[in-house]
Amino acid sequence: MTDNVTPDNQTAAQEVSAQTTMIEHLRKLLDADLQDAAVVQDQIVLRIPASSIQQVLAALRDDKYAAFNQLSDLTAVDYPERPERFELVYQLLSMRNNMRLRLLAAVGEGQAVPSATTVYSAANWAEREVWDMFGIFFAGHPDLRRLLTDYGFEGHPLRKDFPLTGHVEVRYDDTLRRVVNEPVSLVQEFRDFDFLSPWEGMQAQIPGDEKAGKEG
Amino acid sequence: MAEMQIKPITMNFGPQHPAAHGVLRLVLEMDGEVIERADPHVGLLHRGTEKLIEHKTYLQALPYFDRLDYVSPMNQEHAWALAIERAVGIEVPRRAQYIRVLYCEIGRILNHLLNLTTFAIDVGAMTPLLWGFEEREQLMGFYERACGARLHAAYFRPGGVHQDLPDGLLDEIGDWANEFPAFINDLETLLTDNRIFKQRTVDIGVITEEAALDLGITGPCLRGSGVAWDLRKAQPYDAYAEMEFDVPVGKTGDCYARYLVRVEEMRQSLRIIRQCIDNMPDGPVLAENNKVTPPKRGDMKHSMEALIHHFKLYTEGFHVPEGESYTAVEAPKGEFGVYLVADGSNKPYRCKIRAPGFYFMAAVDYLSRGHMLADSVAIIGSLDIVFGEIDR
Repeated sequence: MTDNVTPDNQTAAQEVSAQTTMIEHLRKLLDADLQDAAVVQDQIVLRIPASSIQQVLAALRDDKYAAFNQLSDLTAVDYPERPERFELVYQLLSMRNNMRLRLLAAVGEGQAVPSATTVYSAANWAEREVWDMFGIFFAGHPDLRRLLTDYGFEGHPLRKDFPLTGHVEVRYDDTLRRVVNEPVSLVQEFRDFDFLSPWEGMQAQIPGDEKAGKEG
Repeated sequence: MAEMQIKPITMNFGPQHPAAHGVLRLVLEMDGEVIERADPHVGLLHRGTEKLIEHKTYLQALPYFDRLDYVSPMNQEHAWALAIERAVGIEVPRRAQYIRVLYCEIGRILNHLLNLTTFAIDVGAMTPLLWGFEEREQLMGFYERACGARLHAAYFRPGGVHQDLPDGLLDEIGDWANEFPAFINDLETLLTDNRIFKQRTVDIGVITEEAALDLGITGPCLRGSGVAWDLRKAQPYDAYAEMEFDVPVGKTGDCYARYLVRVEEMRQSLRIIRQCIDNMPDGPVLAENNKVTPPKRGDMKHSMEALIHHFKLYTEGFHVPEGESYTAVEAPKGEFGVYLVADGSNKPYRCKIRAPGFYFMAAVDYLSRGHMLADSVAIIGSLDIVFGEIDR
């Protein structure tokens, strides 16, 4: 296996240097729009303000060197404890450089984000899904309707404060001869075990612990 | 007589239509028989997979991936397994890598067989479906021999595969691989030069290279438009770097080109399968890291530690260090990605599944404008749509 190690290391080193040069290039390209740039788990991660998403995406796509020509994915993550609750995540792919890039932008609840549909058409449905699942509004989206949830659905399921069991359940009503929505009624309380070990996970001090000292 | 303004007819296609490949409701605005606008209503199969995964341990989340694109289950498990392996940082044994590549390619053939033949039946050819399903049956037999399940395999695990292949299975797959090219040739005699098939597919649903990239189209549909991009070549994972195969590229970007690309991909998959069988290394099939992978059944009879590991892994599960990553594999339909946000606990904080079909479905409006109603069926068939992954 020894002869295998060197080329592997070489390609890994090449990849790292390509990523650092790309970050340097992007710093110049994006200038003030770039809040932070780093390499996390072999991928470039940029943090930008939500208001400048459109310019940044257009710059990344149209730049001859960077050439991020495909939007692979667009999603959001909900962090309820943060002041700006949501984080929008854009996954870009540059086939020219064979490189992926992730854009992160913090978004507060109720804040409108400029739509990326003018830059990448792929953002159309992805933004509809984010609107559906998280309730993030995209300004300038041509057709911002719910996508995956039922007609007449209320709430945004992927928010952390939305219960796993949901709020309504459907059943076919024989007398009304149609499907009806009803509040969820569970025969038994939903059981969510965390299985976390109390020995490893416990950080809190029980009253009286401070008397024991470090050695116990 | 004064010219009359005719109101476009709105037509409902599906949700229970055999040519909709599942539960697709397509609201079409028609000008006579020409489609002016197509508005797909998806989500009829939405099961909240991403939400459910947030409430399961990493290992419990794995079977959900079988239920996304249920035509090629293992390819998606692969993405999940790779995402966890990247986050935890475990090495996969060589034999496991080969088994995974072997089964991914079997999955690719499974998928293409279903797609090509149902596509054919959509445009009027009945026989390929009947022939193709016989072959699929054999392939699902190989799935069953390896993991005990024909569809919902749960075979690829973080750190390798669940169990080793039974004796003699590789030879059987080899025998099948020797006979299968004859089937592909038979299939081609039915379709490739078939006048009706060509009338229905050539120049229908053309995607240009720029449009395909802009719309986020990946996989055979992108290659059908002339972009030589395959993640197995560009960003090889597991043992793909050691495999020799070609990436077929279409010239015209129409339904017919997508058909041709898939047929050739089956041949290339066979090449990979043969290489896997010929060069299958010996050794373990699961990384020996008992903080992530379960101990052997035999060890549990003797070793208390192994028993504890087993118990902990199947109740609490393993912890994944804090961090986030995007891992993509070349699933039969295109780029299948997993964006995994871990918070250091035993459950994923967020798991976004990037399904290739989602973007195909979004492109249906673009593709079917100006085409006849019957062409929309051909377009949907050629895009390879499975609702399990679109609705998630």
